[in-house]
Amino acid sequence: MKFVAVSSCPTGIAHTYMAAEALEVAGRAAGHEVHVETQGAAGSTPLDPQLIADADGVIFAADLEVKDKERFAGKPVVDVGVKKAVHDPNGVLAQAVAAVESGVVPAAAPGGATAAGGPVTKVDKNAGVGTRVRQWLMTGVSYMIPFVAAGGILIALGFMVAQAAWGENGPVEVTQVPVADLVGSFNALSGKDWAVLLFRTGGLAFGFLVPVLSGFIAYAIADRPGLVPGFVGGAIAGAINAGFLGGLATGFIGGFLALWISRWKVPKGVRGVMPVVVVPLLSSLLTGLIMFVIIGRPIAGLMEGLTGWLNGLSGANLFLLGAILGAMMGFDLGGPINKVAYVFATTGLATEGLEAGATQFRIMAAVMGAGMVAPLAMALATTVRKRLFTHAEQENGKAAWLLGLSFISEGAIPFAAADPWRVIVSSVVGSTVTGAMIMSLGSELRAPHGGVWVSPLISNALGFLLAVAVGMVVMAVVVIALKSMKPNPIVEAEQAADAQVAAREPQTV
Amino acid sequence: MSTPLITADLVAVDLDATDRDDATRQLIELLTAAGRVTDADGFHADVRAREAQMATGMPGGVGLPHARSAHVVEPSLAVGKLRQGVDWGAPDGPARLVFLIAAPDGAHGDHLKILAALARRLIHESFRTSLLEASDPATVADIVSREVVVS
Repeated sequence: MKFVAVSSCPTGIAHTYMAAEALEVAGRAAGHEVHVETQGAAGSTPLDPQLIADADGVIFAADLEVKDKERFAGKPVVDVGVKKAVHDPNGVLAQAVAAVESGVVPAAAPGGATAAGGPVTKVDKNAGVGTRVRQWLMTGVSYMIPFVAAGGILIALGFMVAQAAWGENGPVEVTQVPVADLVGSFNALSGKDWAVLLFRTGGLAFGFLVPVLSGFIAYAIADRPGLVPGFVGGAIAGAINAGFLGGLATGFIGGFLALWISRWKVPKGVRGVMPVVVVPLLSSLLTGLIMFVIIGRPIAGLMEGLTGWLNGLSGANLFLLGAILGAMMGFDLGGPINKVAYVFATTGLATEGLEAGATQFRIMAAVMGAGMVAPLAMALATTVRKRLFTHAEQENGKAAWLLGLSFISEGAIPFAAADPWRVIVSSVVGSTVTGAMIMSLGSELRAPHGGVWVSPLISNALGFLLAVAVGMVVMAVVVIALKSMKPNPIVEAEQAADAQVAAREPQTV
Repeated sequence: MSTPLITADLVAVDLDATDRDDATRQLIELLTAAGRVTDADGFHADVRAREAQMATGMPGGVGLPHARSAHVVEPSLAVGKLRQGVDWGAPDGPARLVFLIAAPDGAHGDHLKILAALARRLIHESFRTSLLEASDPATVADIVSREVVVS
């Protein structure tokens, strides 16, 4: 990790410098980078703001009031006396590492308005490659989670209010009101208008999911220069239907491009415009080139191929078709394969002259049911096996209940992005079960979305819900089993930090 | 720098002291004899006051009494190697190496940087060991002058 520290003591001759040296030496020995500003009698050279921006945490080994404390706003801080840093620098560092890992940031000091620090990352620059990849993913996921929760809950609330306002067809009606109507004639007393407001706002928040995921993965890799190509790449992943897996790819592509370009040796005259113009421009352009030209075409081809294949399957065994559609829904949660299955179902709905009992309605029911499994199963897994998940994931799990019930598969993306193969494998298994079950039970659905909020539109709704519940339990069991096999170092570090904090704080009854 | 921080006559390699205060006093006498401190009692009082704020025992058996004082002429360092360690308030045991830092009240940047560099060197065990192994004052003064450089 990277730390910045401030040391000071009453005389400013001895302890200030011994503490600085002790922290730097101990840091080097433990593989951390520590930069100390000695606020002593020999005059102090302020820390380079870039060092502060890059630091994961801050150590105050100061017996005097730290000068210009507001520079460190927004960073995890440990505040120890100067003497502790001299005598036990390893202990101080361990405390600082724990503070960074627990991610607790003290409230900004009064008056300190200008935060110099950037957003916190979970990256330990000295960890092994596997751990760092995981940390990059976790950084992206942790910034995405609030968007998933806020957007998903807004959409779900929109469905609920719509159902109350329009009746059973509300969750469909709400999606068909154009934004212009909302802008032109919002009536605070109209439930319908509120439903549209909730739905539209949530939908736009959802538009940020993949860009934020991608942008902050790139940020974790390359710091500030990574943000632009990361965000732009994430938006491109959306544009070419590459889903969150595409967003993971653009996070890495954009991050490493930015890192590479920002390390070019350039003439002095160009250096000034590198971070503002050259790095974001070139890295975004290259990311766009790679995504549109190289990755876009095979994805489009894949979607086309899968669609043709599904259309050819229409006459096949319904049980098998349900299983296949279920597996596709669970695979990439809003990505290309999921989208093919979903569009296959909704296109079927648009067939003219459908009557009750039509296969198209059964397909729609299977697709929606399968799409509800992943977020519900992750919600269940985080509830029954908290210890397998980070704090952020546990919080996301709570929102995932509502998202799953509302057929918002994206609720599971944070889990899948942080740990792709375990979550995707279990999601495919669970969704396959649900898809096949619903097709066998013969539930029909006439609405393209809405989750439980359109249950009045589902025939044999109890069978439908049972199939969803079974898939949910199956996926939760599989994901818990897979995650139990190999502990996640980030989760373990968090728990160690928790234990340390708990041990340090006196128990109050 | 006009005057070296330390010379051989500011080093006592076989100091026999009963306690912290006694060891400090003996080192102050060296500084006074060399003309670097004008008033031994006055300077001693300043060092005591600093020591009372927070003991200056450092890890690795080092005592680091120090003060900025009006009774100091030039920034100076007196080093004492104690025959028997005395308690200097450090958690890891008594001090066997004592560094007395004397800084004039109006000491300016360069002088203070040398003292800062000394404090930084003291963290390194190799530096402390080489001083503990040095058998005569000249070697001690040499090691300090060689190793403590403003970076």
